[in-house]
Amino acid sequence: MSTTPLPALCRDCGATFEVAAGARPRCPACRSPRALAHPELHALSIAHLDCDAFYASVEKRDDPALRDVPLIIGGGRRGVVSTACYIARTRGVRSAMPMFKALKLCPEAAVIKPRMEHYAAVSRQIRALMDELTPMIEPLSLDEAFLDLSGTQRLHGMSPAAAMARLIRRIEAEVGVSASVGLSHNKFLAKIASDLDKPRGFSVIGRAETEAFLIDKPIRIVWGIGEATAAKLEGEGIRTLRDLLRADPDRVMARHGAMGARLLKLARGEDARRVAPDAALKSISNETTFDEDVSDPDLLDGHLWRMAEKAAGRAKAKGLAGRTVTLKLKRADFRLLTRRATPPEPVQLADRLYRIARPMLQREMNAGPFRLLGVGISDLVPESEAERSGDLLDPDAGRRGAAEKAADAIRQRFGLGAILKGRSLR
Amino acid sequence: MKISVERAALLKAMSRAQGVVERRTTIPILSNVLLEASGDTLSIRATDLDVEVLEQIPALVEQAGATTAPAHMLHDIVRKLPDGAQASLIDDPASGRLEVRAGRSDFKLATLPREDFPVMASADYACDFEAPAKVLRRLFDKAKFAISTEETRYYLNGVYMHVADGAEGKALRCVATDGHRLARVDAPLPPGAESMPGVIVPRKTVGELNRLLSDDEAVIQVGVSETKVRFRANGVSLISKVIDGSFPDYTRVIPQGNPKRMEVDAAEFASAVDRVATVSSERSRAVKLALSEDRLVLSVNAPDSGAATEEVAVAYSEDPLEIGFNARYLLEIAGQVDRENAVFLFNNSGDPTLVREGDDESAVYVVMPMRV
Repeated sequence: MSTTPLPALCRDCGATFEVAAGARPRCPACRSPRALAHPELHALSIAHLDCDAFYASVEKRDDPALRDVPLIIGGGRRGVVSTACYIARTRGVRSAMPMFKALKLCPEAAVIKPRMEHYAAVSRQIRALMDELTPMIEPLSLDEAFLDLSGTQRLHGMSPAAAMARLIRRIEAEVGVSASVGLSHNKFLAKIASDLDKPRGFSVIGRAETEAFLIDKPIRIVWGIGEATAAKLEGEGIRTLRDLLRADPDRVMARHGAMGARLLKLARGEDARRVAPDAALKSISNETTFDEDVSDPDLLDGHLWRMAEKAAGRAKAKGLAGRTVTLKLKRADFRLLTRRATPPEPVQLADRLYRIARPMLQREMNAGPFRLLGVGISDLVPESEAERSGDLLDPDAGRRGAAEKAADAIRQRFGLGAILKGRSLR
Repeated sequence: MKISVERAALLKAMSRAQGVVERRTTIPILSNVLLEASGDTLSIRATDLDVEVLEQIPALVEQAGATTAPAHMLHDIVRKLPDGAQASLIDDPASGRLEVRAGRSDFKLATLPREDFPVMASADYACDFEAPAKVLRRLFDKAKFAISTEETRYYLNGVYMHVADGAEGKALRCVATDGHRLARVDAPLPPGAESMPGVIVPRKTVGELNRLLSDDEAVIQVGVSETKVRFRANGVSLISKVIDGSFPDYTRVIPQGNPKRMEVDAAEFASAVDRVATVSSERSRAVKLALSEDRLVLSVNAPDSGAATEEVAVAYSEDPLEIGFNARYLLEIAGQVDRENAVFLFNNSGDPTLVREGDDESAVYVVMPMRV
């Protein structure tokens, strides 16, 4: 047994110290038990930051009355749980669970419809704190991101581990929500690590322990393996990463192609993907699941307009336009229909998005009733390329576009509800 | 069926037929051509249910009959036969095979029953007239570049052929537009066409029509009904459904009296536009036209990839003007002007611009400017 002392870090006060291997560390400065010791603690620099039950935490922060009650963020009777607070999770509520099931498990839960714009604002606050650490940030969603802190030790006067510990302390103090950190030598392992002792977690997976750590984990631990792939692999007798490494690599590659090759690497804990700052956005879309299946053309048309307006709003906020317009419909039997159009010019305005998607919706009207409708743009380009020339056959398009921009300006000043189109009320 | 035909005649007919036959179709019979032999002709018919082409070629008919065979394969076989070959087609209904024999080659192709082949019901053509191939070719050729491919406005996916009041009296007119540019081409109205209903001839038919109209001397028989249109010449007949929709009122989008006139050599203008557009990185390739007295400066400014300018001598005597266009639209329109200078009539940088050849009103083009 080694007697080399291990580097350690206090998550509560940020003190760094050393402890004897095998001892249960306690911070010598603040006496907190939330100290972390690991041989590679100061050598690892790829971090995954994941806010704890983010939407629910934001709501609880804003309304202290919610603090001690189970809280579910999700939409409508037919919707799904988007976030459940930790109290609700003790009752078995999980994200992506249908709402009716969640409410059966936890009938006294408070339910709040997600306020995405609000969460996005909080997320921007957190992002600003991350930006102070490194430009190498790859956000995965509003509440999680990868950070590559390689080479920042001298800049911050502390190791990446200490910098991350300070970051989550600042997020708790200044933003008011808690987060968990996973620290490792690549993205795959950092993401796994952040999930290991949530909430308020800080876990480290070092190089030396990588293989031993992974070997008995189920294949579902691999990010990107969903139900379908997992079922397929299990059908071949591959349940754990050990099974995967034991299988004939040629066969795995033959059966699963590029995915197979990736899996084999990940199973060995190898992941060469870099933390890509602001990985290019591929599409912008909005969708809604109805409380009850809808076949009424007017109602669907109203939903289409609202979704077009939302998607266009996000495109405007990001200064982007799309060459391709996609309409997404889910039928009552859960079958998905998607329809695409490539108009002659990139689209950003809600008016054009709606007018392009509407005929596609009308053509599919007979396939209804529908349970979900979504619309969006992809193949994104800068907004300067959008709506640059008018339409000979629709001379009013220019005027409607100007009206939409004027309405946007009004909303910017007086709030989102300040001005609405009649069709959004249907 | 047992016949003998000349390779050259069969190849010509088969290449026309395979143009209509879709490469990917879910209905097997639509991959085939219908072959019918009787008297001293072989009729070859192909369809995609929207367009049908029928061609009759001379054949030595030993035994009359009919069958269907795979269009693309039969075309490839005939194409690969040596020049001047004579091909025998022998249908054996018992084995379901069509034998193609030429010289020492012998092919056997799977057939499908002729009864399954969907022959387009011949419509009652309310209007029947004759027009020289040259005239029709000009009408469709000059309009087709503006046909829309946008499926949401399906009624723009063709050329609108109708009777209109032209500059010199009644005209046979073809119009196409995709909302960004528009082409309007007139020809003197052929006798007998006065009562023709306006029809939208689909893009694919316009493409097929091109081959039919390639013979300068031919006179084309045109039949038009509310739902179908038929073009016939030299033993070939092309029947097409027309697009079921109403073409928008294009007359109000053609600017009347745009005051700023620019005259330029079309070929010189086109090559200059083409040159400066090279540096553009966008797909839309916006080109800026800056006009001052007798001087046009074309420029492209692409922040990421570079910039280009070129000066072109023009005749222009109005106030200076700056206006942007999609380079491709300018090139396509300039490409239609082949006899005289191109005349551009501008209003301002946001309004549609009109282009024509000299002062000839029989072909006018409208193009929407774009923000630069």
